[in-house]
Order: sequence, then C-alpha cells, then structure tokens
Amino acid sequence: MSQTTTARQAKGIKFKEGLFKWTMSNSALFSILLLSAIFVTLFIGSLPAIKVSTYHFLTGTTWDPMTNRYGALPFLTGTVITSFLALVISFPFALALALLLGEFYRKGVIADIFKNVIELMAGVPSVIYGFGALYFLTPAIARLEGGLGYPTFGVGILSASIVLAIMVIPYWTSIAREVISLTPNDIREAAYSLGATRFEVIRYTILPYTRTGIIAGMLLAMGRALGETMAVTMVIGNTNALPKNIFSTSQTMASVIANEFTEATTDTYLSALIEVGLLLFIVSAILNVLGKQIIKRLGKI
Amino acid sequence: MRYNGNKTKGRILTDYFFKWLTLAISSICAVPLILILYFIVSKGISAINWQFFVNIPAPVGEKGGGVLNDIIGTVMLVIMASAIAIPIAVIAGVYLAENKNSPTANLVRFCAEILQGVPSIVIGVIAYIWVVKPFHHFSAISGSVALAIMMLPVIIRTTEETIKMVPNHIKEGSLALGVPYYKTMLRIIIPCGYSGIISGIIISVARIAGETAPLLFTSFGNPYISYNPVKPIGSLPQTIFLYAMSPYADWIQQAWGASFILLSCILIISLVSKFLTRRWKIQF
Repeated sequence: MSQTTTARQAKGIKFKEGLFKWTMSNSALFSILLLSAIFVTLFIGSLPAIKVSTYHFLTGTTWDPMTNRYGALPFLTGTVITSFLALVISFPFALALALLLGEFYRKGVIADIFKNVIELMAGVPSVIYGFGALYFLTPAIARLEGGLGYPTFGVGILSASIVLAIMVIPYWTSIAREVISLTPNDIREAAYSLGATRFEVIRYTILPYTRTGIIAGMLLAMGRALGETMAVTMVIGNTNALPKNIFSTSQTMASVIANEFTEATTDTYLSALIEVGLLLFIVSAILNVLGKQIIKRLGKI
Repeated sequence: MRYNGNKTKGRILTDYFFKWLTLAISSICAVPLILILYFIVSKGISAINWQFFVNIPAPVGEKGGGVLNDIIGTVMLVIMASAIAIPIAVIAGVYLAENKNSPTANLVRFCAEILQGVPSIVIGVIAYIWVVKPFHHFSAISGSVALAIMMLPVIIRTTEETIKMVPNHIKEGSLALGVPYYKTMLRIIIPCGYSGIISGIIISVARIAGETAPLLFTSFGNPYISYNPVKPIGSLPQTIFLYAMSPYADWIQQAWGASFILLSCILIISLVSKFLTRRWKIQF
C-alpha cells in the first residue's frame, strides 16, 4: 500500500478545502449583510410613517395615532435629557473608579474588590435594575418631590436618569480605565521625578493625556444609555408629552417602542414606531463608531 | 530656590485628600449594587419554595404559583439562540484572526462593533419584522433570532482574540506535515482555543439570559409550559417585568423570587466562564 493520496482523495480534500474557505468568508460577510439588512429593513419599515409625518416627526410634539400625527419630539427630548443627566451623574463615579483601578490600585485586594463590583454591576440585567429602582429609588424621589412641592409620582426623568447612571458606570469605567492605562509610563515617571505628588501627576499628566479617551468613553456610554430600555421603561412614567422639569414623567425613544409596539393597530402607527427604532439605530451607531475610532487612534500613538 | 515647607505640606495633604476622595466616591458606587443584591437575596429566598420551581403561574390571590414555564422558556430561548449564533460567529471569528488586516476583515470588524452597540429594543423590532410578521404570530424562534443577533458580535470578538493568541508555529507545523488547511483549522487551531471560545460563548449567554427588551414582541410570554418553537414562550426576565409592574403584592413577591433565580443563574454562569479562562488559559 502506498501512502500517497490518490487522485480521488485529493479531489475530496480540495472540495472540502473550498467548502471550508467558502463557509469561513461567508460567515464573516454575514455580519456585514446582517447590519445592512437591519438598516434596510428599518428604513423600508418606516417609509409609510416618513410619508405621513415627514419632518414633523422630528419637530412635532403631538403623538396621536388616532389622527395619524406622529411627532416624536417628546421622546427625543426625554431620551436626550435622561441620557445627558445620566452621564452627568455617572461622570465623577466613573472617573473615580477608573483612576482607582488604573492608577492608585492596579493590583491587590482593593483592586480585586472594585473589579468584581464593576463586573457584578455590568452583569445585573436591566429589568432587575428597574425592579430595584421601583422599590428603593422611586419612594425616595417621591419624598424629595413632596419636600420640594412637586406632585409625588416618584417615577420620572430624575429616577430614570439615576438608574441609567448606575447602569452606565461600569461601561464608562472600563473604557476610561483602559485609556488611563495607555498613558505612557515615561510621562508619568518624568512627572514623579520632578517631585510631583500623585495628585499632581494625575492632574497635570494623566488627565490631559486621557481627556480625549474619556470623552470617547462618554460617547460610547451615551450610545448605551440612549438604547437602554427596560429599566427606563419601568421608572420613567411613560407619558407622551414634553417634559416640564426633571421630576415630570416622560418617555424615551426606547421606552415608547417597548410600550406601544404590541398595541400598534394600524400600519402607519407601527411604521412610526419603526421609524423611532431607525433613529435610535442611526444615533447609537454614529456614537459607537465615533467613540471607537477615537479610542483606536489613541491606542496607536 | 528655598524649600517651602508649608507649601509642600499642602501639596501632600491635597494628594492624601484626593486619594481618599477617589476611594470614597468609588465606594458609593457599590451601594446600589449591595442594596439590590441584599433585597433580592432576602426577599427572593422567602418567595422560593419547591412549588415555585415546579408550578406554572397561578391566578392572582391563589397560592402555589411558580415559574416553571419561564425557566423552561428561558433555557429554550438561550439554547436555540446559541444554536443559531455559535457556528456562524466562531467561524467568522476564525476568519478575522486568519485575515488580520484585509479590507474585508476590517469591514467585518467594523460591522460587528456597530452590531454590538445596536440597542436591544431595535433588535427586537427587527426580529418582529423578520420572523413574527411573515408568520403572523409571536414565536419562541423569533425571540431566539433576536438573542442570536445579540450574541453574534460578542462571540466573534472573543473567538478572534483567542485564535490570535494561538502561536503561528503550531499552524505552520500542521501545514508542513501536509494536513489540509481546513483540517488544521478545525482539528488543531480551534481546539487550541477552546477555553477562550467557550468562555466567550458563556459570557454572551450570561448577557442575553437577562435580556427583556428584544423578547417583548417576539417570544411574547406564555403562562403555560410550551416546548413548541413556533408558539409564544415565557421567559424569566419578561415575567419579572410583568410581575414587578403589577399592583398585586403576591406577584411582586414572585418577581423577587424570579429575580433571585435569574440573577443567581447569571452569576453562576459568569463564575464558570471566569474559572474556565483561569483554568485553561492558552499557554505555550
């Protein structure tokens, strides 16, 4: 028996080889296809609504499916305000955690504790955050509202922002920490050798160096916050009107889809909700790409 | 220059103060987490008994309702989603690791990144349009499609990172012995990266197991036990949402119990993946 492969075997191997390579490149191309298909589907799905409401979709304040008026401005405002507030609230926490893990304690018990806390925070499902918030946060906010003389709903923009802030912290922290650890050691050591204290090193070398990275992290965190659905839906109060102050109940783009999608009776109504989804998709994709590109550029320096 | 003792002292004090401020602010972050964990454990355990695991939901006011249907539903959804996502994602990850800098690979990476950032509710809408609408009813399979889309980018990335770590000489050695490329990949390179790939899969499972938004209008929920992939199916996170928003005290009580089950499953899954990566780290 000779050990050489026969012509038939060789042919079989060649076929399998081709098949494997074909599968491989097609699986890879699949994600490109998937993303384009998502965009096209959302776009086609929202065409009827685009025809009906045109630019009023972005500027109109009445969302009334009965009269076919789809003005999404209340949701857009609600989304922007909640995400923005969430970022403002989470900023000091994310920065402190990132500095702690990226500069003060890179190894050791304290680092391990905080790393685990962040991982746990990231692992808790959104619906459980919402549930938790309904039970500790909204009563506290209601008491605060009572003290300030506002109607005591408890649910509303402030509650939603606080929950969002908690959910965004682990994400922002991990990006900021990565960026902080990218600071070249020679800059850091040069500052130390000039007699700078740790605070001064952070203040005058690390923070200026990582500013762009932390802003990139903010963009990514914002992308996260915009699309967060369940926790927000549970504590925002779900009213389709322009919010008056940070205590008023409101609605975000994600929560309006969650609340009304199964109730959408007419095709135009459904399509208007799909249009909200399209907008959400585009905005989060843009934020995501921007943030990632900035971070990539930082890593190359 | 003269040494200025007071100024130095001030600087040192600032430094000291800043360090403790950072520690304090960081510690505050743990408060909501501890609160949630504490309440879920204390309230959840009291809601859980044997009936909770083996019964289906009872009408409000009646005793002995459980969440068996939702446990089965969540397991089914996760398994079906994994069956859809894993083969495609693992092979795509291998492709990316093999073609590091080709324009296609960069484009694929770019798309996977965007895909990871797509809000889960939008993925739910997509699954509704693609799977629910053509068949005219909510189904477990549509929920799995939504979850699979969410798993895809995570597994692609972890697989790519893992396969990249497998040293080139192993692949070259195999090819030099005359092993065809496809066999080298399937029999040598992918098994070398098993620990990383599997932990990536487990991480993605932990991520999707708690997802509610994409299931709201795909798998829809079902108060009865169902094994049928083309019929609506219940899931734990969705039941938590339904019960938590309800005005009934015993439903809320059950929501704590369901949260406890869900959260402990997710934590166990994450621990397993951590253990796996530590135990079977790629070392050469």
